[in-house]
Parts: sequence; C-alpha cells; structure tokens
Amino acid sequence: MHPLDREAEAVISPFNDVIIQTVCRILIPFIQIYGLYVIAHGHISPGGGFQGGVILGASFILLCLSYDIHETKKRLSQKSTLIFFSLGLIIYSGIGIICLVLGGKYLDYGQLHKILPVNPVEARSMGIFGIEVGVGITVMAVMISIFLDLASEGEQKGELE
Amino acid sequence: MNKKESLNRVEIIIGKYNYWAYILLMMIGFYAMIGKKNLVKKLIGMNIFQTSIILYFISTGSKKGATIPIVEQVPGEAARAIEAIQYINPVPHVLMLTAIVVMVSTFGVALALLLMIYRKYQTLEEDEILRLRK
Amino acid sequence: MKIIALIAVCLTGALLIYGTMDMPKWGDPRSPASLHVSPRYIEKTVEETAVPNMVTSVLADYRGYDTLGETTVIFTAGIACILLIGRLRQ
Repeated sequence: MHPLDREAEAVISPFNDVIIQTVCRILIPFIQIYGLYVIAHGHISPGGGFQGGVILGASFILLCLSYDIHETKKRLSQKSTLIFFSLGLIIYSGIGIICLVLGGKYLDYGQLHKILPVNPVEARSMGIFGIEVGVGITVMAVMISIFLDLASEGEQKGELE
Repeated sequence: MNKKESLNRVEIIIGKYNYWAYILLMMIGFYAMIGKKNLVKKLIGMNIFQTSIILYFISTGSKKGATIPIVEQVPGEAARAIEAIQYINPVPHVLMLTAIVVMVSTFGVALALLLMIYRKYQTLEEDEILRLRK
Repeated sequence: MKIIALIAVCLTGALLIYGTMDMPKWGDPRSPASLHVSPRYIEKTVEETAVPNMVTSVLADYRGYDTLGETTVIFTAGIACILLIGRLRQ
C-alpha cells in the first residue's frame, strides 16, 4: 500500500461519535438558513454576498467533518460544484449584459426599470440584490470545492473502504 | 520645557499606538516567513502578515465619535439629514473585503501546491527539499 | 540564519515605526482618507440607490466592476485547485 494511503484514510474517516453526529445533523439546516438570511439582508444590516456564501460553505464543511467525506460527496459531488461556480458568474455578468442590451452602460442597474415594474432608484436596489445572490453562490461553491480537493486528494483515488 | 516635551511624547503615543500594534503583528508574520524552515509555518506567517495589513487599512477609516456606516431608517418617519462626519468611512471596508477574498484564494492554492510537494519529496522541510533536488 | 532574520525584522520594524510619524492621528475626521470621494458616497447612497447599507452600495453599485474582478479571482482559485489536485494519480 502506498504510505500516504494510510494517513489519508485516517484523515477522511476519523471516528463515528454519536453525540457529534446528532448535534451536527440538527444544527446544519439552521446554519444554512442563517447563511441565506445574511445574503438576503445585505441591504439593511451588515452582510452581503461574500459573508453569506462563506457561511453556506461552512455548513457543508461541518457535514464533511462530522460524518464521512463520502456522505458529503453523495449530496454535492465535484461536478455539481463546477456547475455552481459558473452559475454565480453567469448571474453576475448576465445582469450586466441585460443592462447593456436595455440601452445603458455595462452594470448600469438604472436601466432595469424598463423590464421591472419599479422606478429607477428601486431598480438599482434590485440589481444589487441580484448580483449579491450570484456572488454568494460562487463563493459557496469555491469554499466547498477547495476543501473537498484538499481532503480527498484527488478524484481518481477510488473508494477507501 | 520638560513638561511640554513629555506632553508631546504622550500625545504621539496616544495618537499612533494602533499603527505600532499593527506593525508588531506584521513583523511577527514577516519573521515567520523568513526565519522558519517548515513550509506550513511560512504559510501561516504569510496569513498573519496579510491579516495585519487588513487591520491597518480599516483603522485609517475610523472617525472619533462616529457610528457604523449603515443609515438607520425608521419606516414612517421622514428621512434625516446625513452628514459625512457622523459615519465612518466605508471605502476601506469595501477594499478590504476584496483583500480577504484574495487572502483565502492564495491560501487555498498554496496548500494545494504544498500537497504536491509532499507527494513528490515526502517531506516539508525547506533544507531537506533543497538537498533532495541537487 | 535566525539571527540574520531577527536583525532584518527589527530593522524593518524600526523603519516602519519611523514612517508612522507622518501619518494622521487615529480617528481624525479630516484625514486624507475621508476627504475626497467618500463624503459623496455617504451622503448620496440613500437617495441614489435606496440601500441603507453604505458598504454594500459602494461594493455592488459604485464599484461593481471591481467586485466582478474579485469574483473572477476566487473562481480562478477554485479552478486552479481542481487542476492541481485532480490529476495526482496518473
């Protein structure tokens, strides 16, 4: 056996403790709701896209630490994180290009009042919310992807058990 | 003359001790980057260095007696007058959000590189790696 | 080796402390950082963007292009990690 396989196995499936698994299983949905709250309330309280995205990513990392890494990969494989990377950036650039098509400059959210039923000042607020959602999705996917890469050391490794 | 000199020195210390604290943190990180031999310790030193720079920038935007940069709007009341001296400067906070994201990105890529180095040389000490490369 | 590192660190620290003698006092409202464009951001954020949080409105509206670049940076870091580690066993 390769000498690094034994160490990697110890890292990926450390122990199976009932207390830790139960507490984390109860807490993780609340952490995700808190992350969505921080993204959505970026307008009126401290928060925004980056902060909420990191909290969402941290909830998946908690799942990986308390359970097995294979449980996490069953819920969110590396191919899905690749899709989420690009989805966030497409939302961000897409809003910019929509503003360009509607007759303004790139990322000029005031032009969004032509398709949304609000006045130009409120349209800027809607545009800000849209790009915060895009940034939150990208940051969440990158946090999860970097952690899964470093912890599992390659996708072609195969099953450990 | 002595009392004036000592009052001036106390004023300098009160006005600038925050910069000296950040310089101390910066020098701790700098020493870890150049004085230690383990690669992971150098990486942690880089992280401490970047954190001290972020703290330094945010401290340049503070104002005495001002509140956080969020306008309190009570629904139903008329809007109050907003003066620039009541709120702290939001621009360094914005720039440092970018800096934190860059910090996390470089840390992630550096750890991936360290993983590859360990796989090839079976060690993470700088002098042993240099010896194995010869 | 460690003595040289310690001397370099002390020298750099002393130079930086000598450099802070020119900097504005902590909490000065008339320091150059708070004078040029930031009063405009503070005063016009509610009437131009209807967002009370000044940090979000500067980050996403007045400097939205920089935030696009920053999202690209973290996207590139994720792709770089996948490229480096995903091909280890070949």
